[in-house]
Amino acid sequence: MTLNKMSFSLALLLCAGLPALAEIDLSGSWTAKNHEDAMERGAGPNPDDWAGLPFNDAGRAKALSFSQSTISMPERICWFQTQWHIAAGPFSLNIRNESDPLTGKIVAWVIGGWETRAPMTIWMDGRPHPSKNAPHDQTGFTTGTWNGDTLTAYTTHIKTGYMRRNGAASSDQATITTTFMRHGDMMTLALVMEDPVYLTEPYILTRSYMLTPTPVAVAGPPCVVGYEGVESGRVPHYLPGKNPFVEEMMRLYNIPKEASLGGSETMYPAFRDKIKDKFVIPAKCKINCGAPGAPAQN
Amino acid sequence: MAQAGLHAQGRGGGRGGPPMTPKAAAPIDLTGYWVSVVTEDWRYRMVTPAPGDYQGVPMTQAALKIADAWDPAKEEASGDLCKSYGAPTILRVPEHLHITWQDDQTMKMETDAGKQTRIFHFGDWKAPEGPRTLQGDSVAAWEIQGGGRGRGGPANGSMKVMTSNLKAGFLRKNGVPYSENASLTEYYDLVKERNGDMLMVVTIVVTDPMYLRESFIISSHFKKQASDDGWKPTECSAKW
Repeated sequence: MTLNKMSFSLALLLCAGLPALAEIDLSGSWTAKNHEDAMERGAGPNPDDWAGLPFNDAGRAKALSFSQSTISMPERICWFQTQWHIAAGPFSLNIRNESDPLTGKIVAWVIGGWETRAPMTIWMDGRPHPSKNAPHDQTGFTTGTWNGDTLTAYTTHIKTGYMRRNGAASSDQATITTTFMRHGDMMTLALVMEDPVYLTEPYILTRSYMLTPTPVAVAGPPCVVGYEGVESGRVPHYLPGKNPFVEEMMRLYNIPKEASLGGSETMYPAFRDKIKDKFVIPAKCKINCGAPGAPAQN
Repeated sequence: MAQAGLHAQGRGGGRGGPPMTPKAAAPIDLTGYWVSVVTEDWRYRMVTPAPGDYQGVPMTQAALKIADAWDPAKEEASGDLCKSYGAPTILRVPEHLHITWQDDQTMKMETDAGKQTRIFHFGDWKAPEGPRTLQGDSVAAWEIQGGGRGRGGPANGSMKVMTSNLKAGFLRKNGVPYSENASLTEYYDLVKERNGDMLMVVTIVVTDPMYLRESFIISSHFKKQASDDGWKPTECSAKW
């Protein structure tokens, strides 16, 4: 082999393991910075707190029928486990890639699972999404594309799940678009849920992570069904008009019911004008106040 | 870090040509009107949180002492109503933004809530000596990714802004403090939704050795508007 041919072969070998121009390495352990929505992502949101959630009347009605005991039913214990839990849960991320052993090309990025969420495999090899009639599950089916250094993942085929961990539900027609934006050792994810059944407009959450040398363990298999005391045949729920928590946000924070019952207008600044005259600053935080020395969560 | 970022101040506009201005080199267009989409930390942003409600903020004991003394009536009486509209927290306020180029080197961001103005200086700008201010001194740089000029493919990128010389203020309206030693780093990214809407996502990192145990990291998102619809300048408020 001549020197030129050797150099060419060496270059090919070196290039095989490299991402294409404008892709970046997302692999590693990423610590979740739960400074925003700390309670919602940790202990969980207050009952009937749907402020800032753009659901429609059907979504609201379904949420109002929800009893927290619902998820003790064996049929519902694993109800929470869709990929939306990346945004709504507190957990850190473990990201790795899967490469084609012959070409070295990355065919998928994988976000490791937790006990409450299956791994997310983001296929990068151009494969199509399955037929809309294909089975849905909590994992869904996800493909990804690069736009510069930004990875956009699109998830379909998700089972009915939740948008907020207090009964706001997503349908099996919901999709999630997740954008990964890396800035050095920091990464921000923008997650956009679209759901023609329960949303009037996309529901958007953004989450931040820091790269850490401490390994983020992946756990699994996610969700094990067990008996939690709900007797067979009983379906915990609230009938229309009977949800006992509709005034909970008013009781705790003086937040008017028209805000806590959600809807797209509650996401925008103009909504403040509607509640300004109804809101009084509470005298003191009573529960779930955070910071050292404050009352414990829930 | 494998990121292919370039800080595009004064890169050549072509072989032998004059360097491109930051305005001309912008990999993304942040200009226009934007509206907050408040889906996170709702009870800390859309209403004034209760005294003592500090969820999520990694406060030091010194910060806790100050915040516990917060009294909305006293704040209002003090006449200093803009403490919760400083650069570290202004993008958490429910508001509309208007972003424009002031000149080829300088971007301007105006808010309707609190009537604040931030100035982002690109290039080799050096802050003049002067008193600390609510919005501080901000230096901006493009982080250009991907193809773009001469490399094939579309360019993408983000704007990094570093802000210092801040006057002390509140991270939340209920008195959670940041000190004048605080510094702020922000990353501005654009995300196009499948429905065609454009989002601006701003990752906000506040560092304050006096009042924060670790950097306070959050992200705010805004939706692009076609017009100034909803633009409603309002004064700062200590209670609302």
